[in-house]
Amino acid sequence: MANLFAAAGTRIRLLVQLGFTAATNSYVKGFADGRIYTGPLKSACVPGLSCYSCPGALGSCPVGALQAVLASRNYSFSFYLTGFFLMVGAAFGRFVCGWLCPFGLVQDLLHKIPLGRKIRAVKGDRYLRLLKYGILLGFVILLPLFVVDFVGQGEPWFCKWICPSGTLMAGWPLVLLNNGIRQAAGFLFVWKSLILIVLIVLSIFLYRPFCKYLCPLGAIYGLFNPIALYRFRIDQGKCTNCNACQRACKMNIQVRKNPNSMECIRCGDCISACRPKALARR
Amino acid sequence: MILLKKLSKIRNHNGKSAIGLLVPATLILAGAAFVLIGIERGEVGIVLRKAINICLECIGIG
Repeated sequence: MANLFAAAGTRIRLLVQLGFTAATNSYVKGFADGRIYTGPLKSACVPGLSCYSCPGALGSCPVGALQAVLASRNYSFSFYLTGFFLMVGAAFGRFVCGWLCPFGLVQDLLHKIPLGRKIRAVKGDRYLRLLKYGILLGFVILLPLFVVDFVGQGEPWFCKWICPSGTLMAGWPLVLLNNGIRQAAGFLFVWKSLILIVLIVLSIFLYRPFCKYLCPLGAIYGLFNPIALYRFRIDQGKCTNCNACQRACKMNIQVRKNPNSMECIRCGDCISACRPKALARR
Repeated sequence: MILLKKLSKIRNHNGKSAIGLLVPATLILAGAAFVLIGIERGEVGIVLRKAINICLECIGIG
Protein backbone atom coordinates (compact mmCIF):
# COMPACT_ATOMS: atom_id res chain seq x y z
CA MET A 1 0.00 0.00 0.00
CA ALA A 2 2.81 2.37 0.95
CA ASN A 3 4.50 1.56 -2.36
CA LEU A 4 1.27 2.40 -4.17
CA PHE A 5 1.09 5.82 -2.48
CA ALA A 6 4.76 6.45 -3.26
CA ALA A 7 4.23 5.59 -6.94
CA ALA A 8 1.14 7.83 -7.17
CA GLY A 9 3.01 10.70 -5.46
CA THR A 10 5.97 10.38 -7.82
CA ARG A 11 3.66 10.34 -10.83
CA ILE A 12 1.79 13.46 -9.69
CA ARG A 13 5.07 15.27 -9.11
CA LEU A 14 6.34 14.27 -12.54
CA LEU A 15 3.14 15.57 -14.16
CA VAL A 16 3.45 18.89 -12.30
CA GLN A 17 7.11 19.18 -13.33
CA LEU A 18 6.33 18.43 -16.97
CA GLY A 19 3.30 20.74 -17.00
CA PHE A 20 5.12 23.67 -15.42
CA THR A 21 8.19 23.30 -17.65
CA ALA A 22 5.99 23.08 -20.75
CA ALA A 23 3.85 26.06 -19.69
CA THR A 24 6.79 28.35 -18.97
CA ASN A 25 8.63 27.31 -22.14
CA SER A 26 5.72 27.25 -24.55
CA TYR A 27 6.84 29.80 -27.15
CA VAL A 28 6.81 27.24 -29.96
CA LYS A 29 7.62 29.83 -32.65
CA GLY A 30 11.01 30.31 -30.99
CA PHE A 31 11.92 26.67 -31.56
CA ALA A 32 10.72 26.85 -35.15
CA ASP A 33 12.68 30.02 -36.01
CA GLY A 34 15.73 29.61 -33.75
CA ARG A 35 14.87 32.88 -31.98
CA ILE A 36 13.62 33.87 -28.51
CA TYR A 37 10.41 35.45 -27.21
CA THR A 38 10.76 39.22 -26.80
CA GLY A 39 7.42 40.17 -25.22
CA PRO A 40 6.65 41.92 -21.93
CA LEU A 41 6.17 38.67 -19.96
CA LYS A 42 9.94 38.46 -19.80
CA SER A 43 10.00 41.21 -17.14
CA ALA A 44 8.68 38.63 -14.70
CA CYS A 45 10.76 35.80 -13.30
CA VAL A 46 9.80 32.14 -13.17
CA PRO A 47 10.64 30.43 -9.85
CA GLY A 48 13.02 27.75 -11.20
CA LEU A 49 16.36 27.78 -13.00
CA SER A 50 14.87 28.32 -16.45
CA CYS A 51 17.11 30.14 -18.93
CA TYR A 52 15.57 33.23 -20.54
CA SER A 53 17.45 32.53 -23.74
CA CYS A 54 15.68 29.22 -24.24
CA PRO A 55 13.76 29.62 -27.54
CA GLY A 56 10.55 28.65 -25.74
CA ALA A 57 11.00 30.72 -22.55
CA LEU A 58 8.19 33.10 -21.65
CA GLY A 59 9.71 34.40 -18.40
CA SER A 60 13.10 35.28 -16.94
CA CYS A 61 15.53 33.21 -14.90
CA PRO A 62 15.80 34.74 -11.41
CA VAL A 63 19.53 33.94 -11.09
CA GLY A 64 20.28 35.44 -14.50
CA ALA A 65 18.11 38.47 -13.69
CA LEU A 66 19.88 39.02 -10.36
CA GLN A 67 23.27 38.99 -12.07
CA ALA A 68 21.99 41.34 -14.79
CA VAL A 69 20.90 43.92 -12.20
CA LEU A 70 24.03 43.58 -10.04
CA ALA A 71 26.32 43.75 -13.08
CA SER A 72 24.65 46.92 -14.38
CA ARG A 73 26.22 50.31 -13.75
CA ASN A 74 23.20 51.71 -11.94
CA TYR A 75 22.56 49.28 -9.09
CA SER A 76 24.58 47.49 -6.44
CA PHE A 77 21.52 45.86 -4.82
CA SER A 78 18.40 44.41 -6.39
CA PHE A 79 15.18 45.09 -4.50
CA TYR A 80 13.22 43.44 -7.30
CA LEU A 81 15.02 40.10 -7.11
CA THR A 82 15.53 40.13 -3.34
CA GLY A 83 11.79 40.70 -3.00
CA PHE A 84 11.09 37.89 -5.45
CA PHE A 85 13.29 35.46 -3.48
CA LEU A 86 11.69 36.54 -0.19
CA MET A 87 8.19 35.93 -1.51
CA VAL A 88 8.82 32.62 -3.27
CA GLY A 89 11.21 31.35 -0.59
CA ALA A 90 9.02 32.24 2.38
CA ALA A 91 6.00 30.64 0.72
CA PHE A 92 7.51 27.48 -0.78
CA GLY A 93 11.19 27.07 0.17
CA ARG A 94 12.80 24.36 -1.97
CA PHE A 95 9.42 23.02 -3.08
CA VAL A 96 10.35 24.94 -6.25
CA CYS A 97 13.38 22.65 -6.76
CA GLY A 98 11.39 19.47 -6.37
CA TRP A 99 8.28 20.40 -8.30
CA LEU A 100 8.82 23.40 -10.60
CA CYS A 101 12.43 23.56 -11.79
CA PRO A 102 13.04 22.39 -15.40
CA PHE A 103 16.64 21.40 -14.73
CA GLY A 104 15.52 19.44 -11.67
CA LEU A 105 13.10 17.58 -13.96
CA VAL A 106 15.91 16.76 -16.38
CA GLN A 107 18.03 15.32 -13.56
CA ASP A 108 15.05 13.34 -12.21
CA LEU A 109 14.46 11.78 -15.63
CA LEU A 110 18.14 10.95 -16.08
CA HIS A 111 18.22 9.23 -12.69
CA LYS A 112 15.37 6.97 -13.79
CA ILE A 113 17.59 5.41 -16.48
CA PRO A 114 18.26 1.86 -15.24
CA LEU A 115 21.99 1.93 -15.80
CA GLY A 116 24.67 0.76 -13.35
CA ARG A 117 24.48 0.99 -9.57
CA LYS A 118 22.89 4.09 -8.08
CA ILE A 119 25.17 6.01 -5.70
CA ARG A 120 23.60 7.36 -2.53
CA ALA A 121 26.37 9.82 -1.66
CA VAL A 122 29.87 10.65 -2.84
CA LYS A 123 32.89 11.03 -0.59
CA GLY A 124 32.95 14.44 1.04
CA ASP A 125 29.23 14.89 0.31
CA ARG A 126 28.75 17.06 3.39
CA TYR A 127 31.43 19.52 2.31
CA LEU A 128 30.58 19.42 -1.39
CA ARG A 129 27.08 20.63 -0.51
CA LEU A 130 28.64 23.86 0.74
CA LEU A 131 29.93 24.58 -2.79
CA LYS A 132 26.58 26.00 -3.87
CA TYR A 133 26.79 28.73 -1.21
CA GLY A 134 30.26 29.66 -2.47
CA ILE A 135 28.93 29.79 -6.04
CA LEU A 136 26.02 31.97 -4.93
CA LEU A 137 28.29 34.40 -3.11
CA GLY A 138 31.15 34.41 -5.63
CA PHE A 139 29.72 33.83 -9.10
CA VAL A 140 26.22 35.28 -8.66
CA ILE A 141 26.82 38.23 -6.32
CA LEU A 142 30.44 39.36 -5.83
CA LEU A 143 32.02 38.82 -9.27
CA PRO A 144 29.18 40.48 -11.26
CA LEU A 145 29.16 43.32 -8.74
CA PHE A 146 32.89 44.06 -8.51
CA VAL A 147 34.63 42.78 -11.65
CA VAL A 148 33.58 45.50 -14.08
CA ASP A 149 34.91 47.03 -17.29
CA PHE A 150 35.92 50.66 -17.82
CA VAL A 151 32.30 51.84 -18.01
CA GLY A 152 31.34 49.98 -14.85
CA GLN A 153 29.53 47.09 -16.53
CA GLY A 154 30.00 43.60 -15.08
CA GLU A 155 29.20 40.13 -16.41
CA PRO A 156 26.86 37.31 -15.37
CA TRP A 157 29.65 35.01 -14.17
CA PHE A 158 27.48 32.08 -13.17
CA CYS A 159 25.62 32.08 -16.50
CA LYS A 160 28.85 32.47 -18.43
CA TRP A 161 31.07 29.88 -16.75
CA ILE A 162 28.83 27.36 -14.99
CA CYS A 163 25.08 27.28 -15.68
CA PRO A 164 24.27 23.91 -17.31
CA SER A 165 20.60 24.85 -17.55
CA GLY A 166 21.53 27.68 -19.94
CA THR A 167 23.62 25.32 -22.05
CA LEU A 168 20.86 22.73 -22.23
CA MET A 169 17.85 25.01 -22.65
CA ALA A 170 19.43 27.79 -24.72
CA GLY A 171 22.97 26.94 -25.86
CA TRP A 172 22.40 23.59 -27.52
CA PRO A 173 19.02 24.46 -29.16
CA LEU A 174 20.22 27.81 -30.49
CA VAL A 175 23.51 26.44 -31.78
CA LEU A 176 21.49 23.74 -33.52
CA LEU A 177 18.81 26.07 -34.91
CA ASN A 178 20.65 29.33 -35.60
CA ASN A 179 23.44 29.40 -38.16
CA GLY A 180 24.96 32.68 -36.94
CA ILE A 181 25.20 31.44 -33.37
CA ARG A 182 26.64 28.12 -34.51
CA GLN A 183 29.48 29.92 -36.27
CA ALA A 184 30.24 32.03 -33.19
CA ALA A 185 30.48 29.08 -30.78
CA GLY A 186 34.00 28.52 -29.47
CA PHE A 187 35.96 27.61 -26.32
CA LEU A 188 33.32 28.84 -23.87
CA PHE A 189 30.62 26.78 -25.55
CA VAL A 190 32.82 23.68 -25.38
CA TRP A 191 33.60 24.35 -21.69
CA LYS A 192 29.94 24.78 -20.78
CA SER A 193 28.96 21.74 -22.83
CA LEU A 194 31.56 19.70 -20.94
CA ILE A 195 30.06 20.76 -17.59
CA LEU A 196 26.62 19.80 -18.84
CA ILE A 197 27.78 16.42 -20.17
CA VAL A 198 29.52 15.59 -16.87
CA LEU A 199 26.32 16.48 -14.97
CA ILE A 200 24.16 14.45 -17.35
CA VAL A 201 26.32 11.34 -16.87
CA LEU A 202 26.58 11.91 -13.11
CA SER A 203 22.79 12.36 -12.79
CA ILE A 204 22.24 8.82 -14.06
CA PHE A 205 24.07 7.39 -11.06
CA LEU A 206 23.75 10.08 -8.39
CA TYR A 207 20.44 11.81 -7.63
CA ARG A 208 20.41 15.51 -8.61
CA PRO A 209 24.15 16.32 -8.35
CA PHE A 210 23.63 19.88 -9.59
CA CYS A 211 20.93 20.61 -6.98
CA LYS A 212 23.00 19.07 -4.20
CA TYR A 213 26.33 20.70 -4.91
CA LEU A 214 26.17 23.57 -7.39
CA CYS A 215 22.80 25.33 -7.70
CA PRO A 216 22.81 28.89 -6.29
CA LEU A 217 19.02 29.10 -6.60
CA GLY A 218 18.62 26.00 -4.43
CA ALA A 219 21.03 27.61 -1.96
CA ILE A 220 18.77 30.67 -1.74
CA TYR A 221 15.49 28.76 -1.40
CA GLY A 222 17.09 26.31 1.04
CA LEU A 223 17.66 29.15 3.51
CA PHE A 224 13.88 29.48 3.75
CA ASN A 225 13.08 25.77 4.23
CA PRO A 226 13.03 25.89 8.06
CA ILE A 227 10.57 28.80 8.14
CA ALA A 228 8.57 28.63 4.90
CA LEU A 229 4.78 28.32 4.89
CA TYR A 230 5.20 24.94 3.17
CA ARG A 231 6.94 22.80 5.79
CA PHE A 232 7.04 19.20 6.96
CA ARG A 233 6.45 18.12 10.52
CA ILE A 234 6.91 14.90 12.43
CA ASP A 235 4.43 13.66 14.99
CA GLN A 236 6.85 12.13 17.48
CA GLY A 237 3.99 10.23 19.11
CA LYS A 238 3.33 8.30 15.89
CA CYS A 239 6.96 7.89 14.78
CA THR A 240 8.21 4.34 15.27
CA ASN A 241 11.84 5.17 14.38
CA CYS A 242 11.70 2.71 11.50
CA ASN A 243 13.88 5.00 9.32
CA ALA A 244 11.73 4.34 6.24
CA CYS A 245 11.72 8.11 5.57
CA GLN A 246 15.49 8.28 5.52
CA ARG A 247 15.79 5.26 3.26
CA ALA A 248 13.28 6.82 0.84
CA CYS A 249 15.08 10.18 0.73
CA LYS A 250 17.17 10.42 -2.45
CA MET A 251 18.66 13.74 -1.27
CA ASN A 252 20.13 11.71 1.61
CA ILE A 253 18.73 13.86 4.42
CA GLN A 254 18.28 12.75 8.01
CA VAL A 255 14.54 13.30 7.78
CA ARG A 256 13.66 12.27 11.33
CA LYS A 257 16.24 14.59 12.79
CA ASN A 258 15.52 17.55 10.55
CA PRO A 259 12.42 17.33 8.32
CA ASN A 260 12.92 20.95 7.25
CA SER A 261 16.56 20.61 6.25
CA MET A 262 17.93 23.23 3.87
CA GLU A 263 18.79 20.35 1.51
CA CYS A 264 15.22 19.02 1.28
CA ILE A 265 13.60 19.57 -2.15
CA ARG A 266 10.13 18.65 -0.83
CA CYS A 267 9.66 15.75 -3.24
CA GLY A 268 7.50 14.06 -0.61
CA ASP A 269 9.01 10.59 -0.97
CA CYS A 270 9.54 10.46 2.81
CA ILE A 271 5.85 11.22 3.46
CA SER A 272 4.76 8.50 1.04
CA ALA A 273 7.14 6.02 2.70
CA CYS A 274 5.94 6.77 6.26
CA ARG A 275 3.51 3.98 7.14
CA PRO A 276 2.43 5.26 10.59
CA LYS A 277 1.71 8.66 8.94
CA ALA A 278 3.99 10.41 11.40
CA LEU A 279 5.34 12.71 8.68
CA ALA A 280 3.02 15.27 7.15
CA ARG A 281 2.90 18.55 5.31
CA ARG A 282 2.22 21.37 7.67
CA MET B 1 20.16 31.20 10.16
CA ILE B 2 21.09 29.66 13.53
CA LEU B 3 18.44 31.86 15.12
CA LEU B 4 15.86 30.64 12.59
CA LYS B 5 16.79 27.02 13.27
CA LYS B 6 16.39 27.58 17.01
CA LEU B 7 13.10 29.38 16.45
CA SER B 8 11.77 26.50 14.35
CA LYS B 9 12.43 24.09 17.22
CA ILE B 10 10.51 26.14 19.79
CA ARG B 11 7.00 24.74 20.26
CA ASN B 12 3.92 26.42 21.70
CA HIS B 13 1.45 24.68 24.01
CA ASN B 14 -0.24 22.93 21.05
CA GLY B 15 3.06 21.41 19.99
CA LYS B 16 3.12 23.58 16.84
CA SER B 17 6.19 25.51 15.71
CA ALA B 18 6.46 28.97 17.21
CA ILE B 19 7.31 30.30 13.77
CA GLY B 20 3.79 29.49 12.61
CA LEU B 21 2.49 31.90 10.03
CA LEU B 22 3.97 35.09 11.39
CA VAL B 23 7.55 34.84 10.11
CA PRO B 24 6.78 33.62 6.56
CA ALA B 25 3.84 36.01 6.21
CA THR B 26 6.02 38.94 7.28
CA LEU B 27 8.73 37.89 4.83
CA ILE B 28 6.22 37.57 2.00
CA LEU B 29 4.86 41.05 2.70
CA ALA B 30 8.38 42.46 2.93
CA GLY B 31 9.18 40.70 -0.35
CA ALA B 32 6.16 42.27 -2.04
CA ALA B 33 7.27 45.69 -0.81
CA PHE B 34 10.81 45.05 -2.12
CA VAL B 35 9.43 44.04 -5.52
CA LEU B 36 7.44 47.28 -5.72
CA ILE B 37 10.52 49.32 -4.75
CA GLY B 38 12.50 47.44 -7.42
CA ILE B 39 9.89 48.23 -10.05
CA GLU B 40 9.86 51.88 -8.96
CA ARG B 41 13.68 52.04 -9.23
CA GLY B 42 13.56 50.74 -12.80
CA GLU B 43 15.22 47.37 -12.20
CA VAL B 44 12.57 45.64 -14.30
CA GLY B 45 13.83 47.49 -17.37
CA ILE B 46 17.26 45.93 -16.93
CA VAL B 47 15.77 42.46 -16.45
CA LEU B 48 13.58 42.85 -19.55
CA ARG B 49 16.44 44.25 -21.68
CA LYS B 50 18.64 41.30 -20.71
CA ALA B 51 15.87 38.74 -21.23
CA ILE B 52 14.63 39.83 -24.66
CA ASN B 53 18.09 39.73 -26.21
CA ILE B 54 19.84 36.40 -26.64
CA CYS B 55 22.15 36.10 -23.63
CA LEU B 56 25.48 35.21 -25.22
CA GLU B 57 27.00 34.30 -21.86
CA CYS B 58 24.16 31.87 -21.12
CA ILE B 59 24.61 29.98 -24.38
CA GLY B 60 28.40 29.99 -24.08
CA ILE B 61 29.47 32.52 -26.68
CA GLY B 62 30.16 35.91 -25.12
